[in-house]
Amino acid sequence: MQRRFTLKALTAAVALAGISALPAHAQSGGTIKVGILHSLSGTMAISETVLKDTVLMAIDEINAKGGVMGKKLEPVIVDPASNWPLFAEKTKQLLGQDKVSVIFGCWTSVSRKSVLPVVEEMNGLLFYPVQYEGEELSKNVFYTGAAPNQQAIPAVDYLMSKEGGGAKRWVLLGTDYVYPRTTNKILRAYLKSKGVKDTDIDEKYTPFGHSDYQTIVADVKKFSAGGKTAVVSTINGDSNVPFYKELGNAGLKAKDVPVVAFSVGEEELRGVDTKPLVGHLAAWNYFQSIKNPTNTEFIKKWSAYAKDKKIAGHMDKPLTNDPMEATYIGINMWKQAVEKAKSTDTDKVIAAMAGQTFKAPSGIVSKMDEKNHHLHKSVFIGEIKADGQFNVVWKTPGPVKAKPWSPYIEGNASKPDEPAKK
Amino acid sequence: MTITQAIKRLALIAALLLMAHGAYALTAVEAKGIAIGEGDARIESLNKALASADEKTAAFLQALADDAVKTAGEQVFVMKDDRGFDPVTGLEVAVPEAAEDVMNNNRMRGELDTALAALKLFSKDDKIRGESIKTLLSETDETKLPLIEKALAAETKLEFKDQLQLVRAAIMLNSADKDKRLEAAKLLSQSNNTNTKTVLLERLKTEDQPDVKSALQSALRSVEASLAWGDKIGALFSGISLGSILLLVALGLAITYGLMGVINMAHGELMMIGAYATYVVQGIFQKYMPGAFDWYLVAAVPVAFMAAALMGAALERGIIRYLYGRPLETLLATWGISLMLMQLARSVFGAQNVAVENPSWMSGGVQVLGNLSLPFNRLVIIGFACAVLLGVAWLISRTRLGLFVRGVTQNRPIAACMGVNTARVDTYAFALGSGIAGLAGCALSQIGNVGPDLGQSYIVDSFLVVVLGGVGQLAGTVYAALGLGILNKFLEGWTGAVLAKIAVLVLIIIFIQKRPQGIFAMKGRSAEA
Repeated sequence: MQRRFTLKALTAAVALAGISALPAHAQSGGTIKVGILHSLSGTMAISETVLKDTVLMAIDEINAKGGVMGKKLEPVIVDPASNWPLFAEKTKQLLGQDKVSVIFGCWTSVSRKSVLPVVEEMNGLLFYPVQYEGEELSKNVFYTGAAPNQQAIPAVDYLMSKEGGGAKRWVLLGTDYVYPRTTNKILRAYLKSKGVKDTDIDEKYTPFGHSDYQTIVADVKKFSAGGKTAVVSTINGDSNVPFYKELGNAGLKAKDVPVVAFSVGEEELRGVDTKPLVGHLAAWNYFQSIKNPTNTEFIKKWSAYAKDKKIAGHMDKPLTNDPMEATYIGINMWKQAVEKAKSTDTDKVIAAMAGQTFKAPSGIVSKMDEKNHHLHKSVFIGEIKADGQFNVVWKTPGPVKAKPWSPYIEGNASKPDEPAKK
Repeated sequence: MTITQAIKRLALIAALLLMAHGAYALTAVEAKGIAIGEGDARIESLNKALASADEKTAAFLQALADDAVKTAGEQVFVMKDDRGFDPVTGLEVAVPEAAEDVMNNNRMRGELDTALAALKLFSKDDKIRGESIKTLLSETDETKLPLIEKALAAETKLEFKDQLQLVRAAIMLNSADKDKRLEAAKLLSQSNNTNTKTVLLERLKTEDQPDVKSALQSALRSVEASLAWGDKIGALFSGISLGSILLLVALGLAITYGLMGVINMAHGELMMIGAYATYVVQGIFQKYMPGAFDWYLVAAVPVAFMAAALMGAALERGIIRYLYGRPLETLLATWGISLMLMQLARSVFGAQNVAVENPSWMSGGVQVLGNLSLPFNRLVIIGFACAVLLGVAWLISRTRLGLFVRGVTQNRPIAACMGVNTARVDTYAFALGSGIAGLAGCALSQIGNVGPDLGQSYIVDSFLVVVLGGVGQLAGTVYAALGLGILNKFLEGWTGAVLAKIAVLVLIIIFIQKRPQGIFAMKGRSAEA
């Protein structure tokens, strides 16, 4: 008994000392822990590393303005290393051991699917910042990236239009996992509804980290002889670099066979010679090249932060992209929701998230849907320019409401547009 | 839409004016029509301007295609070194702050390219003319017919004349005159270009005359037959290219594992060291000799070799030589080393991939057949693999060091009796194998990603090649690498990348079960040792 008491006293003393060491205005009580769950190594590191830094930048910014409800945010960073089961383990650690109030993380859908049961069971809160295939609606997750109707379908529509080249044949090319497979299922159904025949659709998959795209590019070339062809690429991770290199070397020009990508942005093109790729497309809800005051400020903030923290690559050539914007919107909306709920309790924050708005760098006031946990987003289609930036060639007139349950998959019509209550 | 209409009208007026005066020159109205407005109107103005094109028009279109044109209100500027010029007069003019770049989408860029190609048909340079004829092969717009006929009449080179006939035929395919269509279909059957197939297929969909239809079909068949050759050679080439990469990654292992018997799990990480060495050399060139950047690879090759060879020598001296004859311990120790090396790379260069650029002479490719172009980077790597192979074969079979290595691997005690310093020979041989891994890393940096786990994706492949080829044989490694590469690529064309990988593994397992010694077995006593 005696010993335990001493220990307690010691801990209390240390805690007190720690608190008194903090600046005056944070004294109202400790910190709020924020979990960051992005791969910092492995095949997805090319895309995810920068999202970790985006969360850190937003945390710095929020802390500089006095934190959330007078408490500072404290980041807890873990590296799930592009290893899907490890995502679940790290989530357990974040929620169980570190007791974080919220997690920002995941890129691939397979990692989100791995995290999902843990977050639901332990009643955690996950903000997922990347476009995905839909077919999911969890009470514990907020999806700040695009659903298929906010990215994939408009992109295909554009390519079918006269301005987009009037594509008649389609190659659906992806990495072999749940996101590309589901997206392509939706696209196939959609294309069929538009009168495209099965023989005019070619679906191809490669493993994660695939690096030899010779055969695939040659096949695309062959397929395109049969009529105006467009390629829809859902290749994820660092495979994109060899894919685009091969595309450039094989002389497949965008004006003949345009490739529209859903997971390639400014950051993924960093290591690629973009001159042969001019004109290939990407569909997103944000591009760095979008001109408006909010975006200018966002880029300025990021450039200053990257320079200050000496972030590799970004300190010399700062780039922003769609998932960074979605992450930034997510953390700011979460902050607003916590302040509205006056608590970090998961259920209270979830209730307060409904209908939150935030002035997004994409130029709209982004709104969290009252019911379905997805953001309303504008859709942009951009063509790659010689300097690796995108030139917006098409956009929706205003924000589009997300449809997580795509009407092009059977049985979805009857599903409710809000997560099941437990 | 009123703007569009206005521009259309303006373009029309411009065309009328031109006809009236017979003036063949770019006008301000034309320039405006091409640069400002909606896609349809711009393309219309472009095609109109083309009929009365001169050098200024060509220069203006080139500037548009190069994204070097700005507009402000109704004004159009051609930009050159941050200074604005009037496209019509060519005089320098002040560009307002608010001037915006002219945006071209794929459709506009395609139209600009064909327009430029049509203009370049009259170039004096054979190469430029050849290129532009190729670009025009997919063109079916009848407004370009007069231009092409003019070019045809002026063309003197027989080869180009034939190709121009094809271009003309492709356009005539959509003519209202049935006989012209028939003639066009006959002409097109001689083509070996993919674009011709597209054009024929498009026409087949709308054709209603039965005899033209059958002519079209027979033309399509003959075009497809000549295209099939390109496809087959293309598949073979990609197989050889993959084989050359496998050969490079396995050659070092063929020495360290094949000849010396060291199960080196850190082989992949030695490649990674070579790749990072290339990255470092690239960085040095970028910083200190940007003028000679295109040749950084030449300097990177010996650096990559030396970096990996030194690391290999250090490993051999420090760890591996204490473990000779204990394969299990070697396996564990080298695996540990591989983890440490990966972590080292992460600490020094960061966990993210680093960007290694291709020098400009390795980008692009050479057109061999109508539908087959071979990328330069792959050609260079095939050549490089051959050179490394010849070098190693010469080193092993013709030099004193090679003789010692063979002697030591065949019978260590006797070699030692003859006065060979076997320990030193081991170090040299291991360093050589490691250095070759470094060369492989240097080559891999040109086609794939350079990151800490680069080696992991190739280590399995390299062991497969060496085991399949037969341990202790260089020739076996060559056959196995090429065989696996070609097999993999043919299966991939047939089943897709995911299944092909599995199928190859299954086939190898079956093969090794039936023939555990690999394709070539070492003869003599050493095989049992």
